[in-house]
Amino acid sequence: MRPIRILSKVPHLDFFRFHKLCFALSALLVVISIVSLAVRGLNFGVDFAGGILIEVRTAGPADLGQMRSTLNALDLGDVALQEFGGPRDVLIRVERQAGGEAAEMQAVQRIREALGPSLEYRRVEVVGPKVGGELVEDGVLAIVLSLAGILAYMAFRFGWRAGLSGVLAILHDCLTTIGLFSVTGLQFDLNTVAAVVTIAGFSINDTVVIDDRIRENSRKYKAMDFRELINRSVNETMSRTIITNGLVLLAAIALLAFGGPVLFNFSLALLWGVIVGTYSTVYVAAPLEWYLSARGRKLHAEAVPDKST
Amino acid sequence: MLYMARWKVWTIILVCLVGLLYAVPSLLPRERPAWLPGWVPYQQVTLGLDLQGGSHLLLEVDVEAVVRERLTNLVDSIRSAMRAQRIQVTGLATEGANAVTFRIREPNEIEQARQAVRELDPAAQITVSADGTFRVELNQQELIEQRRRAVAQSIEIVRRRIDETGTKEATIVAQGQDRILVQLPGVRDPERIKDLLGKTAKLTFHLLDTSNSVADAMAGRVPPGSMLLPADKEVEPGGQPRMYLVQRRVRVSGDRLADAQPGTNPQTGEWIVNFRFDTVGGRQFADVTRENVGKPLAIVLDGRVISAPVIREPILAGSGQISGGFTAAAAQDLAVLLRAGALPAPLRVIEERTVGPDLGSDSIESGAIACMIAYGLIAVLMIVGYGLFGLVANLALILNVAFTLAIMAAIGATLTLPGIAGIVLGLAMAVDANVLIYERMREETRNGRSPFPAVDQAFQRAYITILDSNLTTLIASVILYALGSGPVRGFGVTLSIGIICSMFTSVTVTRVVIASWLQWRRPKALPI
Repeated sequence: MRPIRILSKVPHLDFFRFHKLCFALSALLVVISIVSLAVRGLNFGVDFAGGILIEVRTAGPADLGQMRSTLNALDLGDVALQEFGGPRDVLIRVERQAGGEAAEMQAVQRIREALGPSLEYRRVEVVGPKVGGELVEDGVLAIVLSLAGILAYMAFRFGWRAGLSGVLAILHDCLTTIGLFSVTGLQFDLNTVAAVVTIAGFSINDTVVIDDRIRENSRKYKAMDFRELINRSVNETMSRTIITNGLVLLAAIALLAFGGPVLFNFSLALLWGVIVGTYSTVYVAAPLEWYLSARGRKLHAEAVPDKST
Repeated sequence: MLYMARWKVWTIILVCLVGLLYAVPSLLPRERPAWLPGWVPYQQVTLGLDLQGGSHLLLEVDVEAVVRERLTNLVDSIRSAMRAQRIQVTGLATEGANAVTFRIREPNEIEQARQAVRELDPAAQITVSADGTFRVELNQQELIEQRRRAVAQSIEIVRRRIDETGTKEATIVAQGQDRILVQLPGVRDPERIKDLLGKTAKLTFHLLDTSNSVADAMAGRVPPGSMLLPADKEVEPGGQPRMYLVQRRVRVSGDRLADAQPGTNPQTGEWIVNFRFDTVGGRQFADVTRENVGKPLAIVLDGRVISAPVIREPILAGSGQISGGFTAAAAQDLAVLLRAGALPAPLRVIEERTVGPDLGSDSIESGAIACMIAYGLIAVLMIVGYGLFGLVANLALILNVAFTLAIMAAIGATLTLPGIAGIVLGLAMAVDANVLIYERMREETRNGRSPFPAVDQAFQRAYITILDSNLTTLIASVILYALGSGPVRGFGVTLSIGIICSMFTSVTVTRVVIASWLQWRRPKALPI
């Protein structure tokens, strides 16, 4: 059997043709994300907001209405019930209790008493307000530090322009992913933070492959215009970009479809990230690098007038 | 160079076999199967609580309570010292978080008072203002040391209490400055353990203050040297707990206990706790009972009077019993608490995560299915896209997963549900290395190179790219591991290990296999 080739020869696409349109589209996505974050905020899960999360399995199909009224009678504030993965599984979320950690622990005990022993308690998570706040800080720190680490490595290997444009592209990916969670109101928890950092890693992966090729080609074609050089490098690696990202996409879909309800949000973030990450590498990072270098050269030329004239 | 010395090839094969050998136990049941020969290592991957079921509790030690208690004690001892030396003191109270203030009226007594305080707490900083106001500030260094000791002691007591409940394989470690992380594999309902940990269990024996009236004290006139404490169970007709006026002085303290066991009173059948003091405690107990026959002795636990029986005769044997309307479970728990000792400071549970064993095994199942489907899809597409070489890449992927599991088992890392996701993503990263190499082979072939140089060039050129791209992802995943908490950490571990392994499996192993194949078949064109 002969292997099937996705691209039988190197394509000759001009990735700069739509760069203004793409910059505008990306800017729009980022602005929507930021506005949504500012207006709607994030639907923080128990990890970050503090509170109680209980997953129970009932003997027969769960009677959500009855459970809701039983729990509301306890007067614990906002109680949300949701079917989780199957008709017998119910996810109960109770908002943060006013009396601090002790009140939360007490609330769990009262819920257990009210629902009775016939249920199977599959998962109980109680996060006090203090811990929740720290987890938010740790999450933000993890994202910021990994971006900084990546920037440092890229700058070291490929120069600051490549580093900066790469990091701007992943910043774009991270922001729009968080924005997706804000717009859709999906729950944002610790797993989602892991997904965001992974997206950053994958997106930069693509950028590194292209930057490597740019570096190689710049030695090969010394006289070539930088814009053409970038275009050529993107085209030469196009086949790899399609295959690898296609495979990652498949892995993410497998996780989404079969990874179980606990990993659902994580897989969804990943799926979005693969798509937006591929786009941003080709249409944001690469043109941005050219843009930075062209602007940089122009500014440099203005600052240091040619002595020969 | 494409060719490798023979010993190198054999080393690589050996490493692969050892890796597989270490990975196999993790796929088998927990118990070592009988048919397995004795020389096979049986080290399995540790499953996180989210996969094996269990309870994770994060406790916070209220270290400030230690300081508060020390300040109250200092106030008490200053009062008795001044009284003993007949020095008039006014406004004796704690001030802020770490100081005690009072005022001496007679200027000529100031030096004497300073001397007395110095003897009580040699490390404290004493400042006296012109009008005779004393400010005694506790030594900062000593406080830090005391806080640290309180946490260390708490861990010890928590361990003893949990051991007493018969919980197996509990992990108890300090976290940060004042926290204790408790992991209880297999525990479904941590309520009892939370109850046990939530009690300080400070047991003290006091004489009642019978010379003043309880009613006066309840009206706000508590005599110095006494304290008003509620009863644990007894209630007044109105429903409020009965109040006792108890002398502050501790006659015998619970840390002098040598043993405590639940039992029943042979006459009434009521549940009680039998206790026995050590030598020093036994002597103190004998003294107080001998000198106070006919008077009530209050048994105080965590600021509540459990009971206040009248001393009928001196108790010289150093043992006794506590009755207080206990149920069987309450007597059992109290005995556990007394045996394990009192916590130096109260504990609070600030985070709890409990996963039932069924959800855990469901998660393993869905994780494994997701892994296999992801692998299946990738494997099929790699064969469709790269034929024979795709098959080689698939072999490298299996090795990659096996190595990841083997290394995790060997270093004792924990596999969590997000960790399984990390393995799936590690697969994608590993296959990217092969895609880079194979695409490069096609390019080199397209540029007119014959099979050997094409393969050689492809490995050399692609290697730089693979290294760069893996290192950037590694930076992100190591940071996740270092900073992440709980589930995120588990994800960082498997992804990091997966990436590192892929440098060996997807590059080195693939190269050996393809080079050997080239030498064997000597093809005119690459099958790619």
